[in-house]
Amino acid sequence: MIFARPSQLRALGIVGMNERNSAYVMEYNRRRLYPLVDDKLQTKQLAQANGIAVPELYGVISIQYETRELPKIVATHESFVLKPSQGAGGDGVLVVAGRAGESYRLVNGTIVTDEALEYHLSRIISGMFSLGGLPDKALVEYMVKFDPLFESVSYQGVPDIRVIVFRSMPVAAMVRLPTRRSGGKANLHQGAVGAGVDIASGVTTHGVLGNARVANHPETGVPIGGIAIPHWPTILELSARCADLVGLGYLGVDIVLDRDLGPLVLELNARPGLNVQLANRIGLREGLERIENLSEIPSAIEERVALAQSLASDLRPAG
Amino acid sequence: MTGPKARTRDLHVRLLALVLIVLGASVCWYKNAYLGLPLRPGEDTETWTVQAQLVLEARRKPVKASLLVPREPPGFVVLDEDFISGGFGLAVETEGGVRRASWAVRRASGPQTLYYRLSLARTEVETAKDGPVPKYPPKPEYAEPYGSAVRGILDEVREESADIATFTRELLLRLSSPAADENVHLIREGIDDPNEWALRVVDILRGARIPSRIAYGLRLGDSRNQARLEPLLVVHNEKQWIYFDLESGERGLPPGFLIWYEGDAPLIEAEGVSKLPEIVFSVTRTYREVVEVARRRAGQRGSRLIEFSLLSLPVNLQNVYRILLMVPLGALLMVVLRNVVGLRTFGTFMPILIALAFRETQLLWGIILFVLLVGLGLGFRFYLEQLRLLLVPRLAAVLTIVLIVMAAISIFSAQAGMQRGLSVALFPMVILAMVIERMSIVWEEHGPAEAMIQGLGSLVVASLGYLVMTQPLLIHLVFVFPEVLLVVLGIVLLLGRYTGYRLSELWRFRSAVQDSP
Repeated sequence: MIFARPSQLRALGIVGMNERNSAYVMEYNRRRLYPLVDDKLQTKQLAQANGIAVPELYGVISIQYETRELPKIVATHESFVLKPSQGAGGDGVLVVAGRAGESYRLVNGTIVTDEALEYHLSRIISGMFSLGGLPDKALVEYMVKFDPLFESVSYQGVPDIRVIVFRSMPVAAMVRLPTRRSGGKANLHQGAVGAGVDIASGVTTHGVLGNARVANHPETGVPIGGIAIPHWPTILELSARCADLVGLGYLGVDIVLDRDLGPLVLELNARPGLNVQLANRIGLREGLERIENLSEIPSAIEERVALAQSLASDLRPAG
Repeated sequence: MTGPKARTRDLHVRLLALVLIVLGASVCWYKNAYLGLPLRPGEDTETWTVQAQLVLEARRKPVKASLLVPREPPGFVVLDEDFISGGFGLAVETEGGVRRASWAVRRASGPQTLYYRLSLARTEVETAKDGPVPKYPPKPEYAEPYGSAVRGILDEVREESADIATFTRELLLRLSSPAADENVHLIREGIDDPNEWALRVVDILRGARIPSRIAYGLRLGDSRNQARLEPLLVVHNEKQWIYFDLESGERGLPPGFLIWYEGDAPLIEAEGVSKLPEIVFSVTRTYREVVEVARRRAGQRGSRLIEFSLLSLPVNLQNVYRILLMVPLGALLMVVLRNVVGLRTFGTFMPILIALAFRETQLLWGIILFVLLVGLGLGFRFYLEQLRLLLVPRLAAVLTIVLIVMAAISIFSAQAGMQRGLSVALFPMVILAMVIERMSIVWEEHGPAEAMIQGLGSLVVASLGYLVMTQPLLIHLVFVFPEVLLVVLGIVLLLGRYTGYRLSELWRFRSAVQDSP
């Protein structure tokens, strides 16, 4: 089989890009709320103000000459992350894992100088990675020490958990595992492996690499399925609270598991991708429709998460 | 899947699209069916130029001459009309159902030539001429034995007819029948000229108290230098005037018959000349663009639609719009390729702008030049990367380089005598600089493969856009019927609510159906 037939995809409840955009993103997400999620600085400040755990912000660099302040900002931190405030898809993120004398060691082992980091910062500020090329701000923040849980199914980088939240109810989730091809980035479009997570149980199900199914991680060879994610209820609660916070009806919440600090919210996405369907081998539509048909969403977070889990409990992979 | 709000919106969009499409299509249909604007480009239609030449012999005295000229001839549309009067003063007036051109000069000597020239095209729609209902003519006093013959014929014909039209037809058939009886022979005696015969038929019809008159006209066919006016019988049936062929008795205006005038007014009148002027008709058949003919026709019918159309613009501006009006079609293509097929391109409408540039370069050269420019620009952009320039200066530098490369290509191809290479100057350089910048970022961030996929996608869309936007039929349609754009708008709106899968998603999600039965 080369192409799927539309009727087959419909039968599986797969939501396409056009339907996602018109029936969910445009229907449930008000455009004026986008800056809250498109600007990671705003997201972070909002989350912090509401007691949602996020990676600590060391500093913000928004003017060219401030790039020289970087050594001062990170003086007391062995490792840190530079990222554009309005970047998309992990572009422009630089992870500094440690020091090598006067220089810095990136997560992939490359040694870079002060000057190189400053150039990277000025590229971020000039809007190189921002949507529409508008001037941007660079965030300097805590580098997540990732939970050893995923060590065997990751290649460098930090795996993250993407939860799709609809009407403040978690509806689907996957773990994104970096590979050599993705350059340590947890971005499926760049070659990371996606692993579906059962909303009800928090256990990983299947893997997807690109658009193909995989059972094992391509570099480590370890099976992807069957991993129970710790703090699962907390992760779902965090996701639901983020949706309440920004007021977007259809939202992707990216969460990392820190070895010491537990689940941290990394960023939010107003137009989350659709690969979560391939990772879970089940279309989103059934889950979305069940939530859409609810006349009332419980206001208590625990109640809401429990309802989401029970709604998702009998959704079984169609594949 | 969709809430009530979404369903209302769907309905709204569908209704709006329906209104736009129906409106656009019906204006197109009106312009095609009623104004005769052609659906295909380069269609020509037969037109005729009829010239009446009047030669006067002046005698060093004031001269006055007048000629009857056609007045809104049925079955034709007048494209042009002119009078070549030399030193004569001209007045044209319509009076008593005829239109008369009068020339006058205070003093003239020797032969004088006056021309009346008329350009015409056939038209399908009959323009019914109303007029006052004529009185029944009095019965003439016929001389004997002619009178008895006429009465005999009229009685016979009356037996075999139901109304005025069938009566006239029957009479004409009987009168021109080869197996003529004595009465007919008597009536036809001494007549050898069709005009005289026509007058006699009118005279006979008067015996039945049927109002009738003669229409004189030309049969327009091939080009001819010595055309003659031929008579046609016109009979009033108490409702309207009906034409009859005097020989065959056939009802209706014969196709291609141009009525010059009707009635018994003299064709030519002249004063101060040595003899009655001679008139020579000549007919030239030519072909003109249908669009031009339709414009005149619409003007004559009082339709302002064409007056307020692109055809009324100066020619150079028309040519600009011929190109610009294709852009929405390119955009529609873009919508289909991105939202229905799912192609990825650099920038939303960049490929359409590239396609516009391809119009000048032609496709093959366009692709070669595009690849050359983007390739060189990309190489330079990677070199600039090492210099670590800020965004806007870097873009400006790439832009400058693109322009220098463009100029270099133009100069080299001018030296080598390759005309196509010169047209590189028409590439949108700012767009190219943006493409190079975007491509280099995609290259760096997502690898060369993704950059190539998007670059190739853009090139494919640009090429398809070029093919669509250079279709002569489409260019003609959109230019002559800009209402097509309303239809395009309607389709774009409908596609804006398309929630089905993209073709690329049928590929992307293929693994989802792998194991399913």
